[in-house]
Amino acid sequence: MHLLVCGGTGCKASASDALEDKLTKELEEKSLQDEVQVVKTGCFGFCEKGPIVKVLPDNTFYTQVKPEDAKTIIEEHVIKGRKVERLLYLDPETKMHVTDSKHMGFYKKQIRVALRNCGFINPESIEEAIARDGYAALAKVLTEMTPDQAIQEILDSGLRGRGGGGFPTGLKWKLTAKEKADQKYVVCNADEGDPGAFMDRSILEGDPHSVIEAMAINGYCTGATKGLIYIRAEYPLAITRLKIAIDQAREFGLLGNDILGLGFDFDLEMRYGAGAFVCGEETALIHSMEGERGEPTFKPPFPSVEGYLKKPTNVNNVETYANIPVIFLKGANWFNKIGTEKSKGTKVFALAGKINNVGLIEVPMGTTLREVIYEIGGGIKDGKKFKAVQTGGPSGGCLTEKHLDTPIDFDNLIAVGSMMGSGGMIVMDEDDCMVSMAKFYLEFTVEESCGKCAPCRIGNKRLHEQLELITKGIGSKADLEKLRDLCNVIKDTSLCGLGQTSPNPVLSTIDNFYDEYLAHVEDQKCPAGVCKDLMQYVISHDECVGCTACARVCPVGAIAGERKGPHTIDSAICIKCGACIEKCKFNAISIQ
Amino acid sequence: MTSVKIKLNPAEVAKLREACASFNNEAGELINVLHKAQSIFGYLPAEVQEIVAEELNVAVAKVYGVVTFYSFFTMIPKGQHPISVCTGTACYVRGADKVLDEFKRRLNIQVGETAADGKFSLSCLRCVGACGLAPVVMVGEKVYGRVSPDGVAEILAEYE
Repeated sequence: MHLLVCGGTGCKASASDALEDKLTKELEEKSLQDEVQVVKTGCFGFCEKGPIVKVLPDNTFYTQVKPEDAKTIIEEHVIKGRKVERLLYLDPETKMHVTDSKHMGFYKKQIRVALRNCGFINPESIEEAIARDGYAALAKVLTEMTPDQAIQEILDSGLRGRGGGGFPTGLKWKLTAKEKADQKYVVCNADEGDPGAFMDRSILEGDPHSVIEAMAINGYCTGATKGLIYIRAEYPLAITRLKIAIDQAREFGLLGNDILGLGFDFDLEMRYGAGAFVCGEETALIHSMEGERGEPTFKPPFPSVEGYLKKPTNVNNVETYANIPVIFLKGANWFNKIGTEKSKGTKVFALAGKINNVGLIEVPMGTTLREVIYEIGGGIKDGKKFKAVQTGGPSGGCLTEKHLDTPIDFDNLIAVGSMMGSGGMIVMDEDDCMVSMAKFYLEFTVEESCGKCAPCRIGNKRLHEQLELITKGIGSKADLEKLRDLCNVIKDTSLCGLGQTSPNPVLSTIDNFYDEYLAHVEDQKCPAGVCKDLMQYVISHDECVGCTACARVCPVGAIAGERKGPHTIDSAICIKCGACIEKCKFNAISIQ
Repeated sequence: MTSVKIKLNPAEVAKLREACASFNNEAGELINVLHKAQSIFGYLPAEVQEIVAEELNVAVAKVYGVVTFYSFFTMIPKGQHPISVCTGTACYVRGADKVLDEFKRRLNIQVGETAADGKFSLSCLRCVGACGLAPVVMVGEKVYGRVSPDGVAEILAEYE
C-alpha cells in the first residue's frame, strides 16, 4: 500500500510537510512502515482542495487533509480498510462523496501526457522515474535511431512549442541540427513569468527527469553536448528538485560522458533568472544567460544560427520537453491522433481565478472552453455569473460567453482574438471590471517592458495612462477609438513578442465589452462596481441611528455627525476603503 | 547611486570575493554572482556593485545596469521580515489589491519600502504558483494562503 502526499508548492503552503511527517510517525508507531509507504509526490493538479493524499492501489482521493487527520487515515483506512468519508471529495452536484479520483469531474476529461508522472512518483527518486519508463526513450533513440530519424519522429508527431509561440518543435530541432559548429547548445526555458501560470513549475517539481531526458535526446538530435536550464529564482523547490535529479542522472550514467556506454556525451547546467518577464523571449533569455540585461534582439539571426555565446542554440519550453519521451515510446502516430488537425497532443493549463476547482489540468487540444470551465473547473465560484476567461496571460485576450464553445487550439484562440500562451487560464465573474482587468495587465507590461524599443516602452505607458483615466470616468467615445489605434501601432511596430502582444488584453476587452467601456466614459459608472473613483459611499439618513461606529472606524475622518443624529460622508475626503460599510449594523451605508 | 559611502563588513566582503572566484571571475557569470552577493548582504548597495565590477573586470555601469534591470535584485535593504504580496492575476482577481492596501495602511509604507524600524519591508511579487490559495502573501519563506484584508493584522501580530 502507498500513501501519496502532494509536495507541490500549493500543498506545501498548506502544511503538507507536517502531514507527511505525521503519517510516517503514525505508521512507525503501529509498526506498519514496512507495509505502507509514504511517498511525497509532485502536484496532483487539484490545488483548490489541497493538501491531497491519494491511497494506492485503491485510488482513494482525500482532500484538504490536515496533519491531525493522519492518525484517522492510518487507523481507519490502512488498518481497518474503511475509507474516511469526511475527507473524501464531495461532488458539488450530486452531494455525494467520491471515493476515487477516476470518478471526479475534475479528472474525467483529462488526458495526462506531459503530467503523466506528476502525482505518481517521488520526484526526488530516479528509481521511481525509471520504473515509469524514465530514460527508456533516451535509450531507444541512442540505440535505434539516427539524429535525423529522431527529428523526423518529432516532425511526424506534429508537436508545437508549448511556451506560447506554437512553432513546430521538430522544425526547430532540424534548423539547429543542420548548422555546423564546434559547439551547440540546447536550452530549457523554465522562466515561467506569466502571472497566474504554474504549469512548468509543477512539471519540474513533479517530474524533473522527463525534462532532463528530453534535453539529452534534443542534444543527440541537434549535435549539442551541453544543455542549460534557465529557471526563475522564484521557484526554489523546482530548483532543488532539478539539482537532485541532475546529480542522480549523472550518478546513473544518464548524463555526462559516454551516456549508457553508447559514446554520446551530454551534460546540464542551471542558470537562474532574476525576475524579468521579457526573458521568456528566447533572444532575451540567451542574453540573460550570458550575464547581460535580458533585452531581446532582432531575429534573424535566429538562435538556431547564432544563440548562446554566438553558437547554434535550440530553446524549448519545459512542457514541450515533457512531451518528448512519450512521443518516442508510444510513437508519433499515437501522439498525432490526439488533438485537432493543426494542434496535436494535449495542453496543460493552470486554471485559476473565480472558479471552483483551481488547479493544474491537462486536456486534449480541441476541448472546448466550456468543458474546461464547467466540467473540469466545476463552474464559477459562489454561484456567480461567468463573465470572461483570459487565456495567454498578459499577451492574451479576454474571451466571453459567446466563445465558450470554441475548441481550444493554437489557431482557434488566435482567430477569436486571444492566444494559447503558455497555458494560464484565469476565469472572471460578474464582479470583475474589464477595464480594470485591462489596466491590470498593462500595469504588468509597463513594469516588465525592457525599454529597448519605443513602441513598447512609451506606447504601453500611454495605454496604461489612458486606461487609468477611463477607470476614473474621464474620456469619450473618440478616446476609445484612439486607444484602439494605439494598440494596433504597438502590435505592428514592437521589437519582440512582449510588445507585439501586450495590447491584446485591451483590444479584446474593447471588442468584447465595449458597453462596459462606454459606461465608464459616458455615464461615469463602473457596472461591476470596482472602479473606486466612480463610486460614492452614502449614508441613508432614514436608516442611520447615529451610533458613531462608522465615524470611529473611518481611517481618514471623512464621516461627521452628532451622536444619535444622522451621519454624513464627505466624499472629497473619503478614500472608499469600505471599512464603514462593514462596521454599520443597520445597513445604512450604500455604494452608489 | 548614493554619494554617502556605507561601510561593508570585511568578513562579508571576503565572502563575496570568494564567491566571485568560485565562478572563475567570469563576466558571463554576473547574474549568478549577484544572486550570491544578495544572499550575503541581503541587498546590493553601490559599494557591493563596485566590488563585483572590480572582481569580474567589467564596468560598474554594466553591473548597475543588470541590477536595475531585474526585479529580483534590490538596492534597498529589506526588512527583518520581508513581506511580499502576490499580485499575479489569480491573486488579483481574488482581491490581492485590497490585501496590499491593508499592509500599506498598517505599516505606513509603500511598495518597495522598508519600515523605519527595519522590521518589515513590503514588495509585490508575480505568482509563487500557489494560485489555489489565492490571494497569497509571503513573509520571509512562509506562505500564507487565502489572506483577507482582515487577516493582515493577524499575520503582522505573529512577528511582533
